Amino acid sequence: MSRTLGAAKGRSFLSLKGNPLAGLGAGVWLVIVLVPLYILVTTSLRTQDEALGGNPLSWPKTLTLSNYKLVLDSGFWGFLVNNVLVTAFTVAAVVVLCVPVAYVVVRSAGRWANFAFRIFLLGLAIPAPVTIVPLYVMIGKMGLYDSLPAIILPTAAFAMPVTLLILVGSMRDISEELYEAMALDGAGQGRILMQLVVPLSRSGLSTVAVFTALNAWNGFIFPLILTQSDNKRVLTTGLYTLSSQYGVNIPATLAAVVLSGIPMFVAYLLARKALISGLMGVGGK
Amino acid sequence: MSRQAEARSAVEEGGPGRAQGGPDGQDQRGGDRRGRQEPGSPARRSLAARVGRPSPGWAVPGVLFFAVFAVAPMVYAVYLSFCGSWGGLGTPQFSGLSNWTRLFQDSDVRQATVTTIVLTVLSWAFQTPCALLLGVWAAGREKNRAVLSAVFFIPLVLSTTAIALLFKAILDPNFGLASTIGPWIGFPDGNIIGSPNGALIAVAFVGGWQFIPFHTLIYQGGARQIPEVLYQAASIDGCGRWRQFIHITLPQLRHTITTSSVLIIVGSLTSFETVFLLTQGGPGTSTTTLSYGMYREAFQGFDFGYASALGTALVVVSTLLSLLMVKFSGFGSMRSTREGM
Repeated sequence: MSRTLGAAKGRSFLSLKGNPLAGLGAGVWLVIVLVPLYILVTTSLRTQDEALGGNPLSWPKTLTLSNYKLVLDSGFWGFLVNNVLVTAFTVAAVVVLCVPVAYVVVRSAGRWANFAFRIFLLGLAIPAPVTIVPLYVMIGKMGLYDSLPAIILPTAAFAMPVTLLILVGSMRDISEELYEAMALDGAGQGRILMQLVVPLSRSGLSTVAVFTALNAWNGFIFPLILTQSDNKRVLTTGLYTLSSQYGVNIPATLAAVVLSGIPMFVAYLLARKALISGLMGVGGK
Repeated sequence: MSRQAEARSAVEEGGPGRAQGGPDGQDQRGGDRRGRQEPGSPARRSLAARVGRPSPGWAVPGVLFFAVFAVAPMVYAVYLSFCGSWGGLGTPQFSGLSNWTRLFQDSDVRQATVTTIVLTVLSWAFQTPCALLLGVWAAGREKNRAVLSAVFFIPLVLSTTAIALLFKAILDPNFGLASTIGPWIGFPDGNIIGSPNGALIAVAFVGGWQFIPFHTLIYQGGARQIPEVLYQAASIDGCGRWRQFIHITLPQLRHTITTSSVLIIVGSLTSFETVFLLTQGGPGTSTTTLSYGMYREAFQGFDFGYASALGTALVVVSTLLSLLMVKFSGFGSMRSTREGM
């Protein structure tokens, strides 16, 4: 174990000398990543006439922000607010519901706790798109159709299996002695959970928060199926609606794409480490 | 005996309660602990009892929530699949196997199955080697690799929807880049997305462009956990970089490969958004995957019963596939990705 940690600090074998073949491959991938992004940004700054006639790789002759203005005047702020609400409530629901379940799975001696955990894990294999039909019918019967909770509830439920897998993994690393020390201080289960388990599973919790937030932020199929009004649109469904309205006005569509990506891009710039290690955590501890 | 050691052996005696200590890191100390066990002292018993166990009741809200919004829809889908054709009005009537017999005779379903499998294989074959190589490369700590990796991960900030719309613009045969690069890669008229094979490749490529960064990240994390001693030993034995990659990196990453492959395969089996936004299943039905076909049956054909049968079949297949992959790779019996080191 300790050797691995040491190895993580310096991988001398990889840095022996440059590896030309790998460098070439990385260069090719760099082009594949950057060309679409270049087209995205430059086209969103073109006039529509130029976009219809010119070469998408050329630098725009006239730079214009009118596409962005058009998108911002078409209800973009409303989509953004809804998206923030959906993401925040989904993450809150997932954390509040899953922390006690994970704690019971890790600490309870009962056999059924393990059984419940297995049921949750089977949920890993149930892809969200498959349940749209029954969810559409059920949400309708609950009277929630075309509301933000209609998006939040199933999104949160489908985030639970991964969340539990990660939380149980990080809670199992807490040593028995710490529980005993807390118990000697006379702490009840509630205090043990809040003052010992939650703080010590911080890395698991941040992985869960990042992953759930990304999924909720980018979710498309639940909002598509479960809402329809303009004022219930989130970024993804709003983007879809705008692009069908704009038709061949490709610069306007791409300006909307850029705007929809800006909040996450800012988050990426500000908290790259947290985002990256959060996502990395999904691959296994 | 110190208080800690006392406490530890008290837990050892906790009978059924100690079940949790076993499977994880605590085992490593088990050997020397066991020697010191002194059974039966009441003081120790009471300490073990005082640590206590959380009441199972704590899990109830979470379990109920999951039951209502994830398990119940799945069960309801299975029920609806036995209800014949149902448009969402009135009460669905149980009518036996009619949807299922129709499913197995439906030539559209057969074609969609083939399309889904081809797309899944294409996605896996594109994403896994790229992400593996990029991830191992990005695991190096050099400054230039760190900078390039930061660029590689930019697609992660865009949603599937945004990426699909971006590539729809790029692949537009009249105004997009497709008219320029199409002729180079065998589409003289630039209409990549208008040809059956081109559209399928486009969907797989766009999925790769979106997800390779994520899988690169997973492999980067995995590669950084490989103990360096292995490489040192190999270079002392005169192994070159290529043999180190084949004999150390690949075997050490096998569980990462399984995790990433399961995610890619289940993801592509049920991929919906890219097809929905980029090709609408076309041209013709050449990119109609099972999940897009299911969406069409449900929300364009308003046959919820038949769509549910399709959905149920898809869940069964993807669950079986992931279980098989996990089983054959021995991942299920592993507690840590570095077990045996």
